Amino acid sequence: MAEYFNLFTQTQVRGPAEHGPPLTDTFYERSKAGGFNHLLGRIGNAQIGPIYLGWYGLASLICGFVAIEIIGLNMWASVGWDPVQFVRQLPWLALEPPPPSYGLSLPPLNQGGWWLLAGFFLTASIILWWIRTYRRAIALGMGTHVAWAFASAIWLYLVLGLIRPVLMGSWGEAVPFGIFPHLDWTAAFSIRYGNLFYNPFHALSIVFLYGSTLLFAMHGATILAVTRMGGDRELDQIVDRGTAAERAGLFWRWTMGFNATMESIHRWAWWFAVLTTLTGGIGILLTGTVVDNWYLWAVKHDFAPEYPAVYPIVPDPAAGAAQ
Amino acid sequence: MNLTIPPFAKWLAVVFTVVLVALAFFAAPISSEKVQRGYRGTGMELVLNASTLDEKLEASQVPAEPWPREDTTDGPLASEVYENVQVLGHLQSANFDRLMAAITEWVSPEQGCAYCHGEEGNFAGDDLYTKVVSRRMIQMTQHINSQWTNHVAGTGVTCYTCHAGQPVPENIWFDDPDALYAGGLVGDRAGQNIAAPEIGMTSLPQDVFRPFLYEDANIRVNGNEPLPHGNTASIKQTEWTYGLMIHMSESLGVNCTYCHNTQNLGSWKQAPPTRATAWHGIRMLRDLNVAYLEPLGPVYPQMRLGPLGDAPKANCATCHQGVYRPMFGAQMLVDYPSLQAPGPEDLQDPPMQQTSEIAQ
Repeated sequence: MAEYFNLFTQTQVRGPAEHGPPLTDTFYERSKAGGFNHLLGRIGNAQIGPIYLGWYGLASLICGFVAIEIIGLNMWASVGWDPVQFVRQLPWLALEPPPPSYGLSLPPLNQGGWWLLAGFFLTASIILWWIRTYRRAIALGMGTHVAWAFASAIWLYLVLGLIRPVLMGSWGEAVPFGIFPHLDWTAAFSIRYGNLFYNPFHALSIVFLYGSTLLFAMHGATILAVTRMGGDRELDQIVDRGTAAERAGLFWRWTMGFNATMESIHRWAWWFAVLTTLTGGIGILLTGTVVDNWYLWAVKHDFAPEYPAVYPIVPDPAAGAAQ
Repeated sequence: MNLTIPPFAKWLAVVFTVVLVALAFFAAPISSEKVQRGYRGTGMELVLNASTLDEKLEASQVPAEPWPREDTTDGPLASEVYENVQVLGHLQSANFDRLMAAITEWVSPEQGCAYCHGEEGNFAGDDLYTKVVSRRMIQMTQHINSQWTNHVAGTGVTCYTCHAGQPVPENIWFDDPDALYAGGLVGDRAGQNIAAPEIGMTSLPQDVFRPFLYEDANIRVNGNEPLPHGNTASIKQTEWTYGLMIHMSESLGVNCTYCHNTQNLGSWKQAPPTRATAWHGIRMLRDLNVAYLEPLGPVYPQMRLGPLGDAPKANCATCHQGVYRPMFGAQMLVDYPSLQAPGPEDLQDPPMQQTSEIAQ
C-alpha cells in the first residue's frame, strides 16, 4: 500500500493537465499539454507541456541549429567526411578560431571564417533564448531572476569568445568549438599567463562554484529532512513559519550556530551561482589585458609565497636569448 | 503515455552497481608511486606508473658483451686488416670485430651480418644502403657522446639505446601529411584536433617535431614580468609548446614537475636541474636531425621514407622509450670506448667522408 509522504514520493497524484493562464498579449499559440509520463513523474512533474516556443524561441533554435551545423560539418570535413572517424574522433575534433596573424580582420572561411560565423549564430541563439526567458517570466508575472542568472553565464561566454579577443586584438585568442580542444585550450590559457590558480578572481569563482554545490547539498538535505513536517511547502513556511522551519533552523544553529531562513537560503544559492561566472568572467577579462603572469603578480602582491629554493640554482642556458 | 518499469530492472541496476563498485576496488587501472622532489606541500612530485614500471625495467635489460675487450695496442689496426673502414679504422682489429658482433646483436640480431654486408659477404662494399646508414649512425653516436655531454653526460648512448634489437628504432618521426592545411572550403584542423599518440592522445598540435626538433621555432611563451611587457605569444602558440612538452613527458614517462616548478612553468629560478638537461636535449635533437638524419634521405630506399618522402628522424622517445633516463641509466658505453669519440682521421681507410658526399 503506497503512502503519500511529500512531493518526492513515488506515488503520483494525477489530475487533469494544467494548461496555464490564457495568453492575452500575443497571437502565438501555446502547444497543447502533451500528456503525462510516469518515468518523468519519478524525477519531476509527470505532465509534459504546454510549450511556449514563440518567435524568439523559434529564431533561437534556428540560429543554434545553424551554429551546430557549421561546427559539426567542419568537424566531419576535418576527417575527410569519414563517418566512422567522425564518431571515433568526435571528442578530439574542433572548429578552430583564426590564426593570430589575422588579428580582428575577416579571415578566409576555412581559416577561422567558419568559426566567426558559428560564433555569431551561437551568440545570437543564446541572446535570443535569454530574451525568451526574460519575456516568459514577465508574461507569467514572475520576477526575472532566472534571466539574470542566465545572463551571468552569458557574460563569461562573451568574455571568452568576444570581449577579451577584441581587447587583445585577435580572434585567435578565443576558444575553439570542440570537446577536448576547448579543455586543452583552457590548460594552454593558464600556462601562457603564468598559472591561473594565482588569479584571485579565478579563486573567487572556484569558491562560489564549490560553495554553490555545498549550499545546494545543505539546502536539499535540509528540506528533504523536514518534509515529514511539511517543510517541502517552503513558501508556506516563509510566511507562516511552522515546525518544519523551526526544526530546520534549530538543526543548523545547533550544528554551526547560525541558520539561513526559508527565504534567504534561496538568495544565498542564487548569488553563489551567479557570482561563479561573474567573477570567473572578470578573471578571464583581466588575463593578458592587464596581467601577463599571474604567479609573479601574486608574489608581488603577497598573494602567494615564494617558497625556499630546494635545487641548486640552474642558470637559464639561453641566458636572455629568445630561445 | 504510461511506461512501467519491468520487475527485473531493479536487479539489473543492483548487479550493475555491484560490478562498478567491484571494478573500482579490484581493477584500479593505474597504481602509482610518488617521489617528492621539491619543497614540501608544493606538489613537486614525480609520479611513476607502477603497473608499467616492471615492464619497462625488463625492456631496459642491456645485452651482454659478445666477448671482453682487449686493452692492448698490439696487433694490427682494422684499417690495415680490412678495406674501406672509414670511421672505425683506428681500432685494434680484434676490438673492431667485437664491436661489429655487438652491433649485430644490437641492431639486426635476426638478420645478422648480412643486413649490412649482404649475403655474399662482400664486407668492403658499400652497395647496401644499410651499411652506408650504419656508418653515419656510428659517426652520430660518436658525435653525441663527445659533443653533447651536457645532455647524455658520461652515460652516453650506443646503437642499442635507440635500436633495442630492431633494425629500425621503434620511435621515429616523419613529416605528417595529416597535420598540414588540407585546402578546400571546410575542415581545416590547424594542425591539431585529432587523437595523436606522439602527443599523448591530446588534441594539441601534433606535428611538433618539424618546428621544434628540426627548425628552431620559439618554445618559450611565458612572460617573466607580472604585467604586460610586450610578450605577444598567443594561446595557439602556447598549444604548440604544450604539444612538444606532452611529447617529452610521454617519452620520458614523467609528469611536468620532473623539469618544471609548475607554479610558474617558465621560471628557471625554482626549476629542477633536469630542465637544463632537457633544454640541451632539444638542441641536440635539432643538431642530429639537421646534420645527420635528414641528409640521409637520398640514401634510403622508398620504403624507409615517410609519406612525404622525408628521412626518418629522432625525437625524445627515440632514445628514452618511456624512461626518464634511457634504459634507467645503464652504463653500457664504458664497454665500448670506440663509440665515445671519433677516431683520428688519418687512421681511417679511406679518410672519412662527409654526409653531403654520402648523399651524392
